[in-house]
Amino acid sequence: MKDSMLTAIETRLGLSRRSFMQFCAAMAATMGLPKGADAQIAHALVSAKRPPVIWLHFQECTGCTESMLRAEHPTLEKLILDIISLDYHETLFAAAGHQAEAARRASMAANKGKYLLVVEGAIPTKDNGIYCKVGGQTALEMVHECAADAAAIIAIGSCASWGGMPSTSPNPTGATGAPVILKDKSVVTIPGCPPNPYNFLSTVVHYLTFGKLPEVDAKGRPKFAYSRLIHENCERRPHFDAGRFAQEFGDEGHRKGYCLYKLGCKGPETYANCPSILFGDVGSGSWPVGTGHPCIGCTEQGIGFQKPIYELAELKYVLPPVGYPHIVEEQGQGMSAGSAALVAGVGGLAVGAGAMMARNLGKNKKPDDTDFGKE
Amino acid sequence: MSKHAPLGGSLITRTTVIAAVLFVLSMVLLAVRFLKGLGAVANINNGYPWGIWVAYDVVIGTAFACGGYAMALLVYILNKGKYHPLVRPALLASMFGYSLGGFSVIFDLGRYWNFWHIMTPGYANPNSVMFEVALCVACYCVVLWIEFTPSFAEKWGGPALKRRLNNVLFVFIALGCLLPTMHQSSLGTLLVVFGQLIHPLWQTRLLPLLFLMSALAMGFSIVIFEATLVTSAYKRPSEARILAFVTRYIVVLMSAYLLLRWGDLAYEGKLGLVFSSGGLSLMFWLENLLFATPIVLMLPKANRVNERLQFLSAVSMLLGGGLYRIDAYLVAYGRPGWHYFPSVGELLVTLGIIALEVLAYIVFVKRLPVLHPVHAAGPTHAVERAPAALTTE
Repeated sequence: MKDSMLTAIETRLGLSRRSFMQFCAAMAATMGLPKGADAQIAHALVSAKRPPVIWLHFQECTGCTESMLRAEHPTLEKLILDIISLDYHETLFAAAGHQAEAARRASMAANKGKYLLVVEGAIPTKDNGIYCKVGGQTALEMVHECAADAAAIIAIGSCASWGGMPSTSPNPTGATGAPVILKDKSVVTIPGCPPNPYNFLSTVVHYLTFGKLPEVDAKGRPKFAYSRLIHENCERRPHFDAGRFAQEFGDEGHRKGYCLYKLGCKGPETYANCPSILFGDVGSGSWPVGTGHPCIGCTEQGIGFQKPIYELAELKYVLPPVGYPHIVEEQGQGMSAGSAALVAGVGGLAVGAGAMMARNLGKNKKPDDTDFGKE
Repeated sequence: MSKHAPLGGSLITRTTVIAAVLFVLSMVLLAVRFLKGLGAVANINNGYPWGIWVAYDVVIGTAFACGGYAMALLVYILNKGKYHPLVRPALLASMFGYSLGGFSVIFDLGRYWNFWHIMTPGYANPNSVMFEVALCVACYCVVLWIEFTPSFAEKWGGPALKRRLNNVLFVFIALGCLLPTMHQSSLGTLLVVFGQLIHPLWQTRLLPLLFLMSALAMGFSIVIFEATLVTSAYKRPSEARILAFVTRYIVVLMSAYLLLRWGDLAYEGKLGLVFSSGGLSLMFWLENLLFATPIVLMLPKANRVNERLQFLSAVSMLLGGGLYRIDAYLVAYGRPGWHYFPSVGELLVTLGIIALEVLAYIVFVKRLPVLHPVHAAGPTHAVERAPAALTTE
């Protein structure tokens, strides 16, 4: 990478060269990319034309955006505004009303097939989607319109991913996630309530760097973030294995940081990387279980907002141990029947022979001890 | 002129045949060991790199072979000429014990072809306890064979050769007193180096002294054991009277040994372990019982001439010393998770080595002048001694 390009990004982002390279390395590490990817990311961010992003909000609380805005390495508003070209975002844009909608349509027309579509919030489908409208257009119509010419689609948050909280039974609006609405498109989902901003950012940066979205699982979730159960990497897992549980809030076990499984923690059935990357960039313990509350399974359809928070989780494949594992490996060969028999046989023979000899010793003669002591 | 004579008689007896068979069997197993590697025959492993081949063949084997050392100390250092009839047979047993102990090391070594490294200045590490033991045992083997040369000289050389030999022999006799003092104590030091791997009931800075003292007592005991065995097996007159004096040294040595061992445990605050170590406590008590037996039996003067009690004391001392070494090297030694018990192959090799010692001993006493002839048995002998001792003759 040329120095001039780095100088350019220094002026453009108001970032030091060091902070910028650190950001690239952190992104590469979050996604588990191989060595050298950080340089590729830096190159992509420095040289690529800022891709336009259309960010739609439907049935949601804007928690995902709030979470995004609090990403800190580096200050994310810089990256969102400068690395990507955020052409439409209800929370952040300056324009209002029909002006804003006009800007969205203009951008879509100018960047046909090149823009990134981000969906935040569930889409109501009941009664033709009349329960959520923006500028007179239903969410349903809007998402179809925007998705038609999008280069890639990312559903951020559980609502956009699978319906989230608005879809909770009895689901009066028929709230649905984007992947179900956009059946003919591939949608990457970043579930969570809110999702970890770095999972979203990493996905975007992956797209910018490699020109394609990261590898996803059957539910459209990036594998780098959602392939492990929370239970697998939880800091309280040793307590689970050792059978030490908090029985109720504030009891001794709870105060000592024991496992929260019996308080209804959904870690054993929820796929997410929360215990690994934490939240809010404030260091260890900064995630729900770390602060002493059971995981509610917010990323997982059928669990978050569905199962009662304090109901016991179903153990998927990490079961409590039936016995404690050995710390040391048992090695070497102990006594065998053959060696024991041999030792016993030889020992017996020796004892027998010795006894016989000792018995016979005194018999033949009494030793003459007349000059004993006359040394 | 010699006061020693071969026993004569047939070499083919039931004992020699059994010994020969056991020896051949062990050679076959050793062939397997050298063709297929250690694991094919032995149970020794990375956690227990020293098995019975080291604990018995080397450590106990050389302690049993301390008869020559113990008698040399008595006869040549303390100048007790009356024990002389006991010296040659003791030397003979020592010679075999040490040679085979040294030889056993070879088949216990994983990379035996590098054995010469320890003898080579560029390779050897002079700060190592192992180096001291290896070099010292090797030297002592050579010294023992030289100490024993008068027997060969009497058989095959002339009186002139024997005279010339007498002029230089004192150097080797002196070495023969020095070297075992060094390496028998170093065999204890080896365990000091093992540190935490040895149970605290055995691990002490006194290990070198305890090993040396028990080795000496075992040396005296093996003299009694062998003499009793030989007189019994070959229907020779009892040597109980002369052996009675030897028992005194065992009593003194072992009393001091027990005092030191228990004193050290008390001083280190480890007396509680004597009861609280489970199976190891049992082994500890068994050892101490075996060590105390010769003291109790031989303390009354009247008992000392009793052949049977002499024999029992000697056997008890030998078993105690052997158990002490087995315990310290194998039983009280432990790495978490590792197991060891000698395999049948290992045991048979050790039995074969013992058989070879017995076999060679019988051949030597029957064919070489080792034992005093029956008519000369008694406390008055013309003997080969260190020059200082010669003047008293």
